[in-house]
Amino acid sequence: MSAAPDTKKQVAEIGEKYKYGFVTDIEMERAPKGLNEDTVKYISAKKGEPDWMLAWRLGAFARWKEMREPNWARVHYQKIDYQNAYYYAAPKNTPLKQSLDEVDPKLLETYKKLGIPLHEQMALAGVAVDAVFDSVSVATTFKAKLNEAGVIFCPISEAIRDYPDMVKKYLGTVVPVTDNFFATLNSAVFSDGTFVYVPKGVRCPMELSTYFRINASETGQFERTLIIADEGSYVSYLEGCTAPKRDENQLHAAVVELVALEGAEIKYSTVQNWYPGDENGLGGIYNFVTKRGDCRGDRSKISWTQVETGSAITWKYPSCILRGDDTVGEFYSIAIANNFQQADTGTKMIHLGRNTRSRIISKGISAGRANNTYRGLVSVHPKASNARNYTQCDSLLIGGKCGAHTVPYIEARNPTAKIEHEATTSKIAEDQLFYCLQRGIGQEEAVALIVNGFCKEVLQQLPMEFAVEAQKLVGISLEGSVG
Amino acid sequence: MLEIKNLHVAVAGKEILKGLTLSISAGQVHAIMGPNGSGKSTLSYVLAGRAGYEITQGTIRYNDEDLNALAPEERAAKGVFLAMQYPVEIPGVTTLNFLKTALNAQRRARGESALDAMSVLKLVRKKAGVLKISEEMLKRALNVGFSGGEKKRLEILQMALFEPKLAILDETDSGLDIDALKLVAEGVNALRAPDRAMLVITHYQRLLEYIVPDRIHVLAGGRIVAEGGKELAHELEAKGYEHIVGKAA
Repeated sequence: MSAAPDTKKQVAEIGEKYKYGFVTDIEMERAPKGLNEDTVKYISAKKGEPDWMLAWRLGAFARWKEMREPNWARVHYQKIDYQNAYYYAAPKNTPLKQSLDEVDPKLLETYKKLGIPLHEQMALAGVAVDAVFDSVSVATTFKAKLNEAGVIFCPISEAIRDYPDMVKKYLGTVVPVTDNFFATLNSAVFSDGTFVYVPKGVRCPMELSTYFRINASETGQFERTLIIADEGSYVSYLEGCTAPKRDENQLHAAVVELVALEGAEIKYSTVQNWYPGDENGLGGIYNFVTKRGDCRGDRSKISWTQVETGSAITWKYPSCILRGDDTVGEFYSIAIANNFQQADTGTKMIHLGRNTRSRIISKGISAGRANNTYRGLVSVHPKASNARNYTQCDSLLIGGKCGAHTVPYIEARNPTAKIEHEATTSKIAEDQLFYCLQRGIGQEEAVALIVNGFCKEVLQQLPMEFAVEAQKLVGISLEGSVG
Repeated sequence: MLEIKNLHVAVAGKEILKGLTLSISAGQVHAIMGPNGSGKSTLSYVLAGRAGYEITQGTIRYNDEDLNALAPEERAAKGVFLAMQYPVEIPGVTTLNFLKTALNAQRRARGESALDAMSVLKLVRKKAGVLKISEEMLKRALNVGFSGGEKKRLEILQMALFEPKLAILDETDSGLDIDALKLVAEGVNALRAPDRAMLVITHYQRLLEYIVPDRIHVLAGGRIVAEGGKELAHELEAKGYEHIVGKAA
């Protein structure tokens, strides 16, 4: 057997499978390797931040040094060496651009490969894209139209400079600085992210969208997102993520905070296809993310929809604090784990107010040797009378070496609470596959079709243009999982 | 069109078909009758290429090609269609979407262009009327919550849509009341064509009153034990399988 051509072929095939696995050759500016107070100061200085922000970061860093990495999730990985990574990387010479024409053409080329041609999107889709390339936001579109409506949609670094009062008022109020190991780390070293404010009574005129992408090697991406929907407003926000292929594991520890005031509604959708590692479990992103929404005002609503197909490890629990009366929290999730991927994901619904309602629909798909865990908490506090929850967790197994686990925690401290939990586990049946094959549908397409059917309730929650992409992604991420 | 010679098929190491020989020409409708456990469904699955049905001996030629060398989806694209006894449910996938995906997969495999959703819908509508399949039914998830009759009608709709060269109907009459049976039979008869062969597999002669075959083969113990014209069905009905099988043995 000739090993060399085989290996070459394998490498080529792997390349085929992760189509976002390219590296853009752009000069990067980096903080020195490692993590200490100087790193935090360096990042803050690079961003031209005011003193209060630096103090906030340093406070977080001091707390982080005392904290320990959590180990309760059903995920296994080599200990992360936090001193052996870069915490800041930005394309050189990129002060904020006034228009797309000023953006490095190579950068725009990268976005094209990702399938988000900015020009086209501006014209056709009516989506404003705040593109985060590693750490700096380089192109913000549609600003004018949003300005007209009074919507603020900008890099968070800009908001810290231009809207300090608003940032001070809300930052860290949903996910406290000391919330958990990764959130605290993010608070110390977050490099950029997105800030959204929708004023009273305004229905945001378009879907807001940010594409995150990790480019430089050995850099963590620590973006920070803060969305505030003022009384009676509505906003829908889309987040898409990809990362190039690398042998080493990269850390991604983001924090997202949502605040919905009285009668406001926030819809937050994520399609995450970070590099999952290769067929042997080498490389891939560690996606340790804290996302939480606070229904602070009465009758407000927060809805999370996520399609998680990438990352070597996903550790993520987008949650809702149902603080106001008559508030609604929703969580719709598709988590796909193939090969050696590990996903431990779910949600927390914290019912504090009266007549609060929550709905959880989780679809987990495991293939290869992957493990997929749904971990969820429904907590009804003593004052939350007439709280309602409906939870449905469905798991689909493809092949005999993967695993699905459901870990629901339920705490009801009010006797009027009504909590329903349904869970199913199924396999793609041989007769379903045969039926498709007999009608001329090939194996891979058949699996994609069946899995998309299984996920339908969640896919329906996504905005149109995302739903199509997500459906394709479901097929791509399960290629080679059968036969 | 179809030439089966001395076919031996094993399932999980157990031999089910034991030297079956059969040939069908284009334009003909043949029926296979036989008691339970005689190997009727095994024959239909092996023709469609289902995994786990191993040919241990013999050959199947389809339009001068070795059928066994083709993957199930390749056979479908080349015109082999199996109307199943138990059509499966696929939750979340609408019937129309399934029809479109299957039709276009077959078209692409033949080097034809894929049809858009609107063209498929038009085509389906045209064929669905005769079978009394409503638009509402097409919007439901494939076979989910369908009655026995609806499932069988949908199988025939697919047959009409894909226009196969060789259609195998496996116990299409099972679980149907007389009205549903007539409807399905009419659908099948409408598809009789000079360039199409059909193999109708059934336990009872009832179906053959409506779909009148050119030839009947009696399958028992994994072999064809008797053959004849359509009148053979009546003899079977009157005297039972025991009589015919016993005579052959």
